[in-house]
Amino acid sequence: MSAVTPRETASGGLWSRMSLGRKQVVWAWGFLAVPLLFYAVIRFWPTFQAFYLSVTDWTITRPASFVGLENYKRLLADPLFWQVFRNTFMYLILGTPISLLISFTVAYYLDRVRFMHAFIRALYFLPFLTTAAAMAWVWRWFYQPVPIGVINDILAGLGLPQQPFLRSTAQALPAVLAPAVWAGLGFQIIIFLAGLRAIPVTYYEAARIDGLSEGAILRKITLPLLKPTLVFLVVFSSIGFLRIFDQVYNINTNDPGGPLNSTKPLVLMIYQTAFSSYEMGYAAAQTVVLFLILLVISLVQLRLMRDR
Amino acid sequence: MRAAYDLTASRIRPGRIVAWTLLFLGGVVMVTPLVFMLSTSLKDASQVYDLRVIPEAPTLDNYIEILTDGRFTRWFLNSVVVAAIVTLSNVFFDSLVGYTLAKFRFRGRYVVFIAILSTLMIPTEMLVLPWYLMASQFGWLDSYWGIMFPGMMTAFGTFLMKQFFEGVPDDFLEAARVDGLNEFTIWWKIAMPLVTPALSALAIFTFLGNWTAFFWPLIVTTSADLYTLPVGLSSFAVEQSIQWEKIMTGASIATLPTLIVFLLLQRYIVRGVMLAGLKG
Repeated sequence: MSAVTPRETASGGLWSRMSLGRKQVVWAWGFLAVPLLFYAVIRFWPTFQAFYLSVTDWTITRPASFVGLENYKRLLADPLFWQVFRNTFMYLILGTPISLLISFTVAYYLDRVRFMHAFIRALYFLPFLTTAAAMAWVWRWFYQPVPIGVINDILAGLGLPQQPFLRSTAQALPAVLAPAVWAGLGFQIIIFLAGLRAIPVTYYEAARIDGLSEGAILRKITLPLLKPTLVFLVVFSSIGFLRIFDQVYNINTNDPGGPLNSTKPLVLMIYQTAFSSYEMGYAAAQTVVLFLILLVISLVQLRLMRDR
Repeated sequence: MRAAYDLTASRIRPGRIVAWTLLFLGGVVMVTPLVFMLSTSLKDASQVYDLRVIPEAPTLDNYIEILTDGRFTRWFLNSVVVAAIVTLSNVFFDSLVGYTLAKFRFRGRYVVFIAILSTLMIPTEMLVLPWYLMASQFGWLDSYWGIMFPGMMTAFGTFLMKQFFEGVPDDFLEAARVDGLNEFTIWWKIAMPLVTPALSALAIFTFLGNWTAFFWPLIVTTSADLYTLPVGLSSFAVEQSIQWEKIMTGASIATLPTLIVFLLLQRYIVRGVMLAGLKG
């Protein structure tokens, strides 16, 4: 605890100001010391190490030796990788637009509702507070055949044909995606509501006086002014869908990745390569690929959003 | 603030009633999985296939059985300890760094900020293998510290706090300096109380994120005693795969605390999410 006395300021102009400034610098680096050590050891060093591991043949039993781009070549020739790649993008291109469309529609109308507003908002928000690992089990139960599964029971009650859901290569991926979309809606709705609320009411008043229709107001005022919110949510939710894991792992534990790997995303492949096959070097190459995909997607999206 | 807008909203029109009804029904659909989860956790094995929402003979036997088994209480406590310590650490360090970057003028400030922010681009999945290696070399596997060390500070939290500290007027801090307070006291006693909404947003996000975290705890823990609740539930459910009422009880135990906290602090939490979302 340094003694900064009030006298110092009184005793003379420039010198004491500089001394105070220098003390501030010392304080600043003192505050940053532990955090900078943390970031260096827990974030930066592992980042470089991940790149390094990706060019080694490191396994649990064998020390790492340099193999160049061998892991990447193997990855590109691996049919499972391309299957996983396709699945990962399916989660992204289905999940992001569907969840944003639903959450915007709900937020847009909920913003106008005052009667039981907080209650309805809570209904949508509650799933966001759940544990994906726990909810995957609830959904897995829903998808079971009769007489266990709730959805098939309802279909049977309506006289509709039974659906295989998780057992079908065609239906498994959407069936895994549904709980992920479901759980994220509440968060997106809240963010959209905040964005809508930030638009000045006077804009709407002016538009109404000018006789603009509701549709025109939505297109000309609401959506353009909501752009920062949209950018944030598009990037945030795309990254979330590209990194999907908890739901997929838990919804099919006896066969993680679904029938014929039809639901397996990249992160699950990484997990299995590293912690079931113990091929750490190969897994590291897969993490680098994930990193590159995330990087490209974020950059492209930010760019597109800025230009529009 | 929204007086004019609300005036139109309160006029009763058929369109509004339809919209309200659809919103309400959508909300009911949203909570259906949770309702079924809770309802099934209150049924015994013979009633599981009876899909009525209100159980015919509700029973707490599943809860008693699972909670007296000891594993769940252990996993629950592990989750509480891990999430609480990580949250405290984030609230302390993220705001200390955010404050320093927002309120001190020194060379290198911008470089430090960009360096910390750049870690947001690195997905956890890429760091997990080096962390695993580090943890095994240092003997951190299968320990509380092993679960916690990667998340003790986050760039997101630092960024969030920096944004909020920038809104704190310099005059307050100057006045404190003139009064002879040291910088640490100024931060802790003067600046921190001025950003409590941001602190609560950060705390809520960090706690929730760690309470539900699955990927890293799954990797770093190997003995059941060290599992957090999501990992424990996952292993428990595999072993119980036919007893849906037990699995739903486990899922309820993993979910209920956050639901109850939310219902008590709804306004606070929603505002926290809005703040974090807008600033993030």
